[in-house]
Amino acid sequence: MAENVESTKKIKIPRHEMPCQEPEVRARNFEEVALGYTEETAVEEAKRCLQCKNPKCVSGCPVEVLIPEFIKKVAEGDFQEAGNVLKIKNSLPAVCGRVCPQENQCESKCILGIKGESVAIGRLERFAADFGMKTGKSEYEKPAPSGKRVAIIGAGPAGLACAGDLAKAGHAVTVLEALHVAGGVLMYGIPQFRLPKEIVQTEIENLKTMGVEILTNQVVGKITSVDELMENGYDAVFIGTGAGLPYFMDIPGENLNGVYSANEFLTRTNLMKGYKFPDYATPVKVGKNVAVLGAGNVAMDSARTALRLGAENVYIIYRRSRDEMPARKEELEHAEEEGIQFRLLTNPVAIEGDERGWVKSLTCLRYELGEPDASGRRAPIAIKGSEFDIPMDTVVVAIGQGPNPLVTTSTPGLELNKRGNIVADPETLMTSKPGVFAGGDIVTGAATVILAMGAGKKAAAGIDQYLKGK
Amino acid sequence: MYHVVKKRLLATGIALLDVNAPAVAAKVEPGQFVIVRVDEQSERIPLTVMDFDREKGTITIVVQDVGYSSAIITGMNEGDAFQDFVGPLGVESEIENYGTVVCIGGGLGIAPIHPIARALKDAGNHVISVLGARSADLLILEDEMAAASSEVVIATNDGSKGVKGFVTDGLAQVLAQGHQVKAIWAIGPMIMMKAVVDYTRSLGIKTIVSMNPIMVDGTGMCGACRISVGNETKFACVDGPEFDGHLVDFDLAMKRLAFYKDEENRAKARLECNHEGGHH
Ligand SMILES: Cc1cc2nc3c(=O)[nH]c(=O)nc-3n(C[C@H](O)[C@H](O)[C@H](O)COP(=O)(O)OP(=O)(O)OC[C@H]3O[C@@H](n4cnc5c(N)ncnc54)[C@H](O)[C@@H]3O)c2cc1C
Ligand SMILES: Cc1cc2nc3c(=O)[nH]c(=O)nc-3n(C[C@H](O)[C@H](O)[C@H](O)COP(=O)(O)OP(=O)(O)OC[C@H]3O[C@@H](n4cnc5c(N)ncnc54)[C@H](O)[C@@H]3O)c2cc1C
Ligand code: SF4
Ligand code: SF4
Ligand code: FES
Repeated sequence: MAENVESTKKIKIPRHEMPCQEPEVRARNFEEVALGYTEETAVEEAKRCLQCKNPKCVSGCPVEVLIPEFIKKVAEGDFQEAGNVLKIKNSLPAVCGRVCPQENQCESKCILGIKGESVAIGRLERFAADFGMKTGKSEYEKPAPSGKRVAIIGAGPAGLACAGDLAKAGHAVTVLEALHVAGGVLMYGIPQFRLPKEIVQTEIENLKTMGVEILTNQVVGKITSVDELMENGYDAVFIGTGAGLPYFMDIPGENLNGVYSANEFLTRTNLMKGYKFPDYATPVKVGKNVAVLGAGNVAMDSARTALRLGAENVYIIYRRSRDEMPARKEELEHAEEEGIQFRLLTNPVAIEGDERGWVKSLTCLRYELGEPDASGRRAPIAIKGSEFDIPMDTVVVAIGQGPNPLVTTSTPGLELNKRGNIVADPETLMTSKPGVFAGGDIVTGAATVILAMGAGKKAAAGIDQYLKGK
Repeated sequence: MYHVVKKRLLATGIALLDVNAPAVAAKVEPGQFVIVRVDEQSERIPLTVMDFDREKGTITIVVQDVGYSSAIITGMNEGDAFQDFVGPLGVESEIENYGTVVCIGGGLGIAPIHPIARALKDAGNHVISVLGARSADLLILEDEMAAASSEVVIATNDGSKGVKGFVTDGLAQVLAQGHQVKAIWAIGPMIMMKAVVDYTRSLGIKTIVSMNPIMVDGTGMCGACRISVGNETKFACVDGPEFDGHLVDFDLAMKRLAFYKDEENRAKARLECNHEGGHH
């Protein structure tokens, strides 16, 4: 009874807002948008949690973070310990607290969300992880070496999570990364204003302290191959090469100057720090009017980046309606506050260029929602004769990415599905090649950071098991 | 770190560097390229491999000062190091015994044609190299090309050496001698490669060109390097850099090279400014 009164009271406490830079200010800088909870706010928010005996929130988290346990520590003011509890299940909490689509995951299952607002699990996770990072204390005891060596291809969240768990199990781990820095999409894709690169690098430094060797500038499939790694003394290999192949729309004009893939646009800006040109030598160019094709996280990041690079009008062009936009809710809201213009139920059909080969305008077609189909979703239908032109200088194509074939085509005997993704055993993540494991976007197709991490951890367990049997 | 172990100036603004990169040297094949980054602030710059020494573990690159980043690289000296040096990238040349082949190198394009000519010769081909430059003093790697080829024909625009005219005039001379040319490799400025393929198209001789569009990662991740080949979009860094020249849309490729003209000029101006500053 008393408990019920307690929970009714807690439901009435509104969820604590995240302090953010003002939209007009942040739309012109690359500093982080969300500023993070203060200690007081974090404690207040943590106290909203009912500490459920059977916490539904945990079932919504792909890696089953010990949510009530870490939140309890925050509520008690033991922030350091909260961070330690997080690390038991999640090796990158400062990252996940910032970029997980919580509204579809942990927070969607929170019991408080049924009648009111869910606990801000992501924000608390970020708070506790950041606290741990500031104090720099992360306890780590080197395990007894197993004598086994594992090579990991790709230093994205999947590869890094796998590396961390394998190192903890005493295996010697070498990560081979194609780019000049480790981090994968966390470094080249997700912008600084959403995920400061310093945080990613701190996590990577932690891995190095654990003895993980990270070799950059290593394009597997070129400088070495999976088979060669196995021949050269590695007992197992994990492939975590992500979904790095940009898709284009196959519409006329896509090779005009001014048309970018989101990967190129974001890589120039984030990885190469093009927003600091000419102090950093890699240029990135936006005109006055910028169209971003697509409506996922990649599209939101591209649109908000374009704004920060000085564009006047930035449009998100999307064939479906608002409800179908796949981006994180928070990013959508932030984008809207910053002045991104949404052109929904609109699909580009051609990009027009001038005689010098530059983008001039975008031709679009309007759509309307048809009858609901079997799944209940209303499919968009093109409205005949509704073509119209919008003047445009820059177009960023953000309609998705596929698996990069460099590793898969250089590895004979590796089973792929028809989309080119690697087929792996759902339990162990071992591929059709014994001793070769795979996980993250290269297996699932473009997904999320936490799913990739979860896959990396699962594969680490699979590899550990496999090595023990050897 | 990837140290420069040897430097040689080949002509004004053109430097040859031997770079210590044993793992790359162990794997590289003719036709492939590397991407270098001098330091933290630098661009990723693609450069074709001119030579390699698997024993010494070095890669030889030849760089022409055409802008901000290439000026910094040509200014590097023995003992200096690249922060990043990634390769080998791209697909290697298809080397086999074709019979008689012609290797055309125009200007700086002589550097990348060098290992291809040598490999073709080693494979038993009769290799006729046609080398072009604006004038005799800009002609690079003449001795190396003589060693890598069966015959060498030189063309200079001003006639200061060899045939007066373009590499296409040199090629015409070779064909006039009645050689049964089975395949041609042509590497040089886009405009030169376009002229060569326009010429060989009607003759029906297979002509391979090496495309050098703007690149970023060099692994097929960004799509900056896309070109149109036979009306299909290709990524030059992973599908090439060599393509059947008769299918390449050179007009598009040339337009795309101008994507960052304004920014390139800004960067270059800044470099010159800094240099002047240094003299005071
Ligand atoms: C712009 C953008 C925004 C996103 N926003 C979110 C978000 O807000 N929330 C969220 O949860 N998810 C988000 N995602 C998705 C998420 O980032 C990915 O699902 C996740 O990074 C996948 O992890 P991964 O380790 O499988 O692959 P990646 O992160 O892609 O890492 C793969 C690594 O492998 C390297 N590699 C590739 N080929 C080779 C090779 N041949 N040899 C050596 N190394 C190689 C790559 O260089 C890269 O470093 C976003 C993605 C993008 C692109
Ligand atoms: C596969 C490949 C192989 C190459 N091999 C050689 C070589 O062996 N020796 C050599 O001197 N040069 C080579 N280049 C060209 C070289 O990369 C460019 O000259 C260099 O990037 C110019 O940079 P910059 O800052 O000095 O000049 P900028 O002032 O930036 O540009 C000068 C010109 O170079 C081109 N360019 C600019 N940035 C890039 C980039 N990131 N990638 C490609 N081209 C660019 C542009 O068309 C521009 O007009 C190669 C390019 C490619 C793609
Ligand atoms: S890792 Fe992501 S899904 Fe799991 S609890 Fe943290 S924010 Fe929620
Ligand atoms: S479901 Fe909500 S209230 Fe219950 S433990 Fe999880 S976060 Fe706390
Ligand atoms: S350079 Fe990025 S895909 Fe070729």
